[in-house]
Amino acid sequence: MNLEEYKGIYVFIEQREGEIQNVALELLGQARKLADELNDKVYAMLLGHNIADQAQSLIARGADEVIVVDAPELAEYTTEPYTQAICQIIEDRKPDSMLIGATTLGRDLGPRVSARAATGLTADCTKIEVGKNNELLMTRPAFGGNLMATIVCKNHRPQMGTVRPGVLFAMDADESRTGEVVNYEVKFNSAKFKVKLLETVKEDTDLIDITEARILVSGGRGIGNQEGFEAMDGLADVLDAEVSASRAMVDAGYIGHERQVGQTGKTVRPDLYFAFGISGAIQHVAGMEESDLIIAVNKDKDAPIFQVADLGIVGDAKQIIKKLTQQLEK
Amino acid sequence: MNIVVCIKQVPDTTEIKIDPKTGTLIRDGVPSIMNPDDKSGLEMALQLKDEQGAHVTVITMGPPQADLILREAYAMGVDRAIHLTDRKFAGADTLATSHALAGALRKIDFDLLITGRQAIDGDTAQVGPQIAEHLDLPQVSYLEDLKFDGDKTFTMKRHIEEGYQMLQVEAPCVVTVLSSANSPRYMSVGGIVDAYQKEVEVWGFNEIEVDEKDLGLKGSPTSVHKAFARGLKPAGELYEVETDEAVGIIIKKLKEKFILN
Repeated sequence: MNLEEYKGIYVFIEQREGEIQNVALELLGQARKLADELNDKVYAMLLGHNIADQAQSLIARGADEVIVVDAPELAEYTTEPYTQAICQIIEDRKPDSMLIGATTLGRDLGPRVSARAATGLTADCTKIEVGKNNELLMTRPAFGGNLMATIVCKNHRPQMGTVRPGVLFAMDADESRTGEVVNYEVKFNSAKFKVKLLETVKEDTDLIDITEARILVSGGRGIGNQEGFEAMDGLADVLDAEVSASRAMVDAGYIGHERQVGQTGKTVRPDLYFAFGISGAIQHVAGMEESDLIIAVNKDKDAPIFQVADLGIVGDAKQIIKKLTQQLEK
Repeated sequence: MNIVVCIKQVPDTTEIKIDPKTGTLIRDGVPSIMNPDDKSGLEMALQLKDEQGAHVTVITMGPPQADLILREAYAMGVDRAIHLTDRKFAGADTLATSHALAGALRKIDFDLLITGRQAIDGDTAQVGPQIAEHLDLPQVSYLEDLKFDGDKTFTMKRHIEEGYQMLQVEAPCVVTVLSSANSPRYMSVGGIVDAYQKEVEVWGFNEIEVDEKDLGLKGSPTSVHKAFARGLKPAGELYEVETDEAVGIIIKKLKEKFILN
């Protein structure tokens, strides 16, 4: 493999029902920064059906070229058609690197593509930098977030990485940016399509995305029960905040998985994060430590959450929620 | 129906702590367990066995002590256990690991291959889909539930962010299962006793069908450039006071940061 032949940072643009996902814009923002440093270009790969009208918006968000693959086979995501499309682009265009969102879709597609292209994939990166020889240094948590590892892919291309939503920053739309939109045709081998999507069921119609909340009121074991969660709802109302939780509370069934913060839930970065009765296991902390202001309340003064909190209160979380809500209502 | 389940022995990462003074991992006394997603995958296989009489094989790749989880699998009710171990596999990243496992799986007939979605020591979720690619089989990841329709197809429920998807998949196929899919059964007492009487087949490079250049360190496109404990930020203020005073402190802080007027 002659590494010199491989050029360009390629970003997989995830869309669902035609709606471009935030994580794709975050990846574009990061790719833009890397490309400027490497003096290289950013290519956005927009796959789907009847999605071409969105291509231009990706240039404003950092792409130099948008590769549009518009095909009925790509109308809804299944692994094989998407893998065929991406792998044809890889073969054709020889990308130096490729970034994919670490969503349930990207974490299905990424490893399949990496195996077919026989290259390395770093999962769930939290940081991507340029190394001494212009290689990408991708840093990710390991051992349940206890350890950080920087991974390199020295002799294979593209250097692939997935990045979780909410970790990187999108750039503001810059309508003055110029770029090219290219329609790209893929030859599909439909004999390999062995998975048929029957239906997609949305379980929560007024779905809240806690990664977008400015203030999060988050609860853990110390909140105890349903009553504790109702009290949190009350506080969230007064503060115009959203409620989130640690894994223990999700497993106990008090709150849905979509509101879980942490390694196996979501990464959040609000202006203010309240941690009520959350002990602060590393898996949880990994998902919220970048919050601007962290206020933690826990009855155990040795709780690890206090190591990341800007303000820690040793006390009864439920009492404090109640009093704080009363005070704020005044 | 023949089912193979890939399982992995992992350190229980919820038990790993960081030494607050040195910032390094404390690994002493951390128990090794069967990876939770894999264990739910195994339970799914055993339920199919209970319902319609499947033959269930487990396979693990790992050092000699990984024998323990194969014994555990026997005690839970599997029919066959294979331990894949060879120096040639050492230093493998996910891609090289998937090649070794795929090499072994080429030697086994199956209709359904189950892996966990991801292992808690690496959290990559890559090995299952990569095996599927090497074997040229369809994959469904993030599996919550599955039903055999007969006639070589499965109906599957796959978790996604907004809810779930129902899929129809042709066998043979590969699925990666979430630990939330079910609650794995306990080992039976008789099963535990019998588990140590049963044979665990030990396979090395010579028993499998794979290109040696795809294995171990040589077959790994990725490598660890450096590893480090995440830096702890300086601790903030900590107060141990009565509720009223605590609430006052919080409100003061919110005003300081312009969150409240």
